[in-house]
Amino acid sequence: MEDIIKISDNIYEVPIGYRPGMRVPGRIFVSEELRTMVEPGTVDQVANVATLPGIVKYSMAMPDAHLGYGFPIGGVAAFHEEGGVISPGGVGFDINCGVRLLRSDLEAKSVQPLINTLISALFEAVPSGLGATGRLHATDQQLTEAFVAGSRWAVEEGYGFEADLAHCEESGHMEGADPSQVSVKARKRGRPQLGTLGSGNHFLEIQRVEEIFDEDVARKFGLFKGQTTIMIHCGSRGAGHQICTDHLEVLARAVRKYNIDIPDKQLACAPLGSPEARNYFGGMVCAANYAWANRHIIAHWTREVFERYFPGSSLDLVYDVAHNVAKIEEHDVDGRRERLYVHRKGATRAFGPSRSEVPDAYRNVGQPVLIPGSMGTPSYVLCGNDQALDLTFGSACHGAGRVMSRSQATRMFAGKDVKAALSRDGIVVKATSPGMLAEEAPQAYKPSGDVVDVVHSLGIATKVAKLVPLGVSKG
Amino acid sequence: MPAGPNYKWMIPFEYLEHTADVKFRAYGRSPEEMLSNAAAALFKAMVDPATIKITKFWNVELEAQDMEQLAYQWLSEIVFLFETESAVFASFAVALKQNAKGTWRLEGRIGGEMIDLKRHAFENEVKAVTLHQFQVTKNDLWCIQAILDV
Repeated sequence: MEDIIKISDNIYEVPIGYRPGMRVPGRIFVSEELRTMVEPGTVDQVANVATLPGIVKYSMAMPDAHLGYGFPIGGVAAFHEEGGVISPGGVGFDINCGVRLLRSDLEAKSVQPLINTLISALFEAVPSGLGATGRLHATDQQLTEAFVAGSRWAVEEGYGFEADLAHCEESGHMEGADPSQVSVKARKRGRPQLGTLGSGNHFLEIQRVEEIFDEDVARKFGLFKGQTTIMIHCGSRGAGHQICTDHLEVLARAVRKYNIDIPDKQLACAPLGSPEARNYFGGMVCAANYAWANRHIIAHWTREVFERYFPGSSLDLVYDVAHNVAKIEEHDVDGRRERLYVHRKGATRAFGPSRSEVPDAYRNVGQPVLIPGSMGTPSYVLCGNDQALDLTFGSACHGAGRVMSRSQATRMFAGKDVKAALSRDGIVVKATSPGMLAEEAPQAYKPSGDVVDVVHSLGIATKVAKLVPLGVSKG
Repeated sequence: MPAGPNYKWMIPFEYLEHTADVKFRAYGRSPEEMLSNAAAALFKAMVDPATIKITKFWNVELEAQDMEQLAYQWLSEIVFLFETESAVFASFAVALKQNAKGTWRLEGRIGGEMIDLKRHAFENEVKAVTLHQFQVTKNDLWCIQAILDV
């Protein structure tokens, strides 16, 4: 990172000229310590994104930035509706991969003695891991409705409550879904997987609120010290992957058609307003809605498990955030209000009180920003600030971010050792495969606290609560 | 690494370090052999091929304007088949034809069996083939480089 200019604490600039064709500078939001963990390839990816037509202000990377494909993971970029582009490289394959936080009215000390039983019951109730198919057996018609209406469809089918919808980003469904842009292949992958967690870094975790940083906001979010919370991390499964794959191929041809010079094929894109861009957006929204429906169904089954062991207890939805998605949002650009296509690839929205998108219940404080830790490390709840709008188009990091490759982690750690180490810390883990545990070893990630501190220091979002895992169900 | 026209051996594929995902290069003396080796590299990233018995075959037909697009379709098709058929694969026979307009046609015959989690220990689950640094080149050998989303 020698060519990078330090602007201020936690802000580094990738200057125009770092690579040919950059239209705007890059901005990487990292601390001195985290800076050393940013691979040169990640900086190159920030610079690559800066070459895309119609990019606004900066190509950005959040504090958890690491090497991705197309955009870096942790990448944020906004594009003018006129003259800008949309790119699946800025969204990723797991469209609307996201995080949902449920708060229980139970103290963690009453849940802890049953933790083994609960994790096993959740592992049974929520299909996960490789080749997992749902308990749902959705029909083709139901699948279409999930693509169009997301969480709203799930509630109509009896999964979750009406009140949950107000506590989801976009109320759990984005407008603009076009099911004709979902191929037969994507439907075939997506249909049996609706209501499944998946594998890799996806998880369902029972947590304890260990620390409250801001009592007032925590009260607004319904969080208190010693409370039990549940975090669900998953996305659009094979449906999203196939929708991305299909449209990526179309957009790879579109760059030639529209004569767009891209430095990386994964940045394949099309001008906003073109049929290719419209079609990708329509398909992407279907996957995003599928993911919201998926998390809604999983939350419902989680509630059923808790009802079985703690009858009469409640699990209310704190919030549900998307961290792989492109959104149409209004932002101030050079003193003018403008509609932009904001891409967040491994980055979470962090809107403050001024935004109408923030649910009524949180309007005077800002949206909950959910930042999961890696397996076995703390997760954080923050509160979005208006200051983030100017700095990052209202975006924060989405997790801890990897420091070593999956294969390196698999070579360095054995699944059973990872499990034993977590068990010594009192954390119960149930997973379908030991190999998957090794690659998700906590040491393979940056410390989540460091990443969150940068977000807090920059004023993007303010720390509200720290959650520590009690038990994890993994794919 | 293979070099020069008089090579005596050729490695079918190799993995390269990548922080979040799986990156590989696969080689071939022909585009058919390269595509076959690439498929084997993709699958070995998931399951040890020695644990897979070939008891069943799947046929694939694809068409594309150029070799790179064809390779992307071929690898993506294998991910699709793996997921929708719940099967693991260990043999990948590829036949190619190119018409006067340059369009490639691929006929593939993929051998494997249904997933049995007792025998097939998964290291990764490949979810998609990315176009990041995706490249097909032809020098002395055909070479494909790809990064998989896992």
